[in-house]
Amino acid sequence: MTEFLQQLVNGLALGAVYALIALGYTMVYGVLRFINFAHSEVFMAGAFAGYFLARLIPTGSVVGGLLVLAGAMLICALLGVLIEKLAYRPLRGRSTLTALITAIGVSLLLQNLGQRIFGPNPRSFPVLFPLHYFHLGGVVLSSAQLILFAVTAVLLLGLRHVVMKTRIGTAMRALSFNPVAASLVGINNDRVISFTFALGSALAAAGGILYASSYPSIDPLMGTLPGLKAFVAAVLGGIGNIPGAALGGVVLGLVETLVVALGGSTYRDAVAFAVLILILLFRPNGLLGRLQTEKV
Amino acid sequence: MLEVERLSVRYGAVQALHEVSLSIEEGAIVTLIGSNGAGKSTTLRAISGLLRPAGGTIRYCGERIDRLPAHAIVGRGLSQVPEGRMVFANLSVRENLQMGAYLQRDRALVQRELERVFSLFPRLQEREQQVAGTLSGGEQQMLAIGRALMSRPKFLMMDEPSLGIAPLLVATIFEKIVEINRSHGITVLLVEQNANLALDISSHGYVLETGRVILHDRSAALRADERVRSAYLGA
Ligand SMILES: Nc1ncnc2c1ncn2[C@@H]1O[C@H](COP(=O)(O)OP(=O)(O)OP(=O)(O)O)[C@@H](O)[C@H]1O
Ligand SMILES: [Mg+2]
Repeated sequence: MTEFLQQLVNGLALGAVYALIALGYTMVYGVLRFINFAHSEVFMAGAFAGYFLARLIPTGSVVGGLLVLAGAMLICALLGVLIEKLAYRPLRGRSTLTALITAIGVSLLLQNLGQRIFGPNPRSFPVLFPLHYFHLGGVVLSSAQLILFAVTAVLLLGLRHVVMKTRIGTAMRALSFNPVAASLVGINNDRVISFTFALGSALAAAGGILYASSYPSIDPLMGTLPGLKAFVAAVLGGIGNIPGAALGGVVLGLVETLVVALGGSTYRDAVAFAVLILILLFRPNGLLGRLQTEKV
Repeated sequence: MLEVERLSVRYGAVQALHEVSLSIEEGAIVTLIGSNGAGKSTTLRAISGLLRPAGGTIRYCGERIDRLPAHAIVGRGLSQVPEGRMVFANLSVRENLQMGAYLQRDRALVQRELERVFSLFPRLQEREQQVAGTLSGGEQQMLAIGRALMSRPKFLMMDEPSLGIAPLLVATIFEKIVEINRSHGITVLLVEQNANLALDISSHGYVLETGRVILHDRSAALRADERVRSAYLGA
């Protein structure tokens, strides 16, 4: 039982990271109807931003750690906006396939750029937050995990507020339903799309920092697997569905961790793809349903 | 107020409008009639900035607007109720109306406009929190008109507001259009297939056929025109 609870905690922690990344896929899908495969590299860039910021900002305290986190989120928000402006905006109006191929190209470009700039070797990620272990019954909770849960919860609630209650968030939902109608009410669609990339990229950066704090080795290719799995999480929740992405992330993190705990560690990375195949077969709209689009 | 001169629009290889010219005076209701595929919606889309003209000019209050993006045109006071209503089905009635006032930062003004729309369409107030996708067709049309009014336009274009709506409600909608014009002082360009009603409430009309203006005159004169009577009034 204790072992099960322990795995549950570990699974939730992994799932929280997947959720943070999955949100970016799903939000961008909502406004542009394509999968931004370069998103996994934004996650990687977030971890590297944290690595370098930790040299400038004294870490090891909660405040210092949070400052690094906020800085990396800001840097990646800008990176996301830049990627959209330079790579995707010029192709607006072309086919989805064109955008998809471009996204894969940007992803490869960023991976190679990362290897060029940071070198291909793994670096160990600094300890951002004070390290403690808490024992609850037989379950061990690390301070890194607690911070991960707290940060994720705050970010998810904040995102919910932005999307549901603010003017720009409502514009995002309006645009994802009907871009023509959105521009007819005076919404500058390009601006809302930039905002969406900023938001999704900032969340991915947070995911990158939290992930690197738990698995403290970073390299320029580190985004690939978590990125793919988060994409599966977004599909699992129903692509375009924001609460769905969060739920899909958590479910996937739990399933993966439990499979590993049951002795299937060789299958760790296969779990996500098995899940993907199962959803596509049995519930192609995902757990919470796909983004609603206008029936014509 | 609005001067369209020799406007041409193409969709790829297809030319949908051939040198269409319109002139609409402030305070008027002007109608644009024509059969399916004549180019009525294309004309409105071009004026709203959703399509780039291949030729010609569009002037609003003396200034060219044919190079402006759609969202900037709304900011100038031109608004459109698009064909098929296009309400944001995933948003509540209230959120739809708030989006209509997207460019208005002054909350007090937005609130005042909201009250004005609610007094025009009390039904919308009853459904304020309802998700727009669950409204009936007629209610969605009211919402689409209300949303367009929220930007406080001086010039309002409506694309077939009677389409797919019960006859009884059509009469109501047309009364509201007249009210919007008279008491809100909004100039109206009305696209309709229901030429009878449209010519009733308008002062002038244009008849569009395969992308060309073939007739324009006072509405009363168009009503009497033999070609209009046989092609559009079922007489
Ligand atoms: N997106 C498009 N791509 C290609 N051709 C188009 C497109 N939209 C309209 N057309 C063509 O342009 C012409 C004018 O269409 P438009 O929609 O303006 O007609 P309409 O007068 O509004 O007709 P209706 O009464 O059916 O709404 C038609 O021949 C139509 O097939
Ligand atoms: Mg039309």
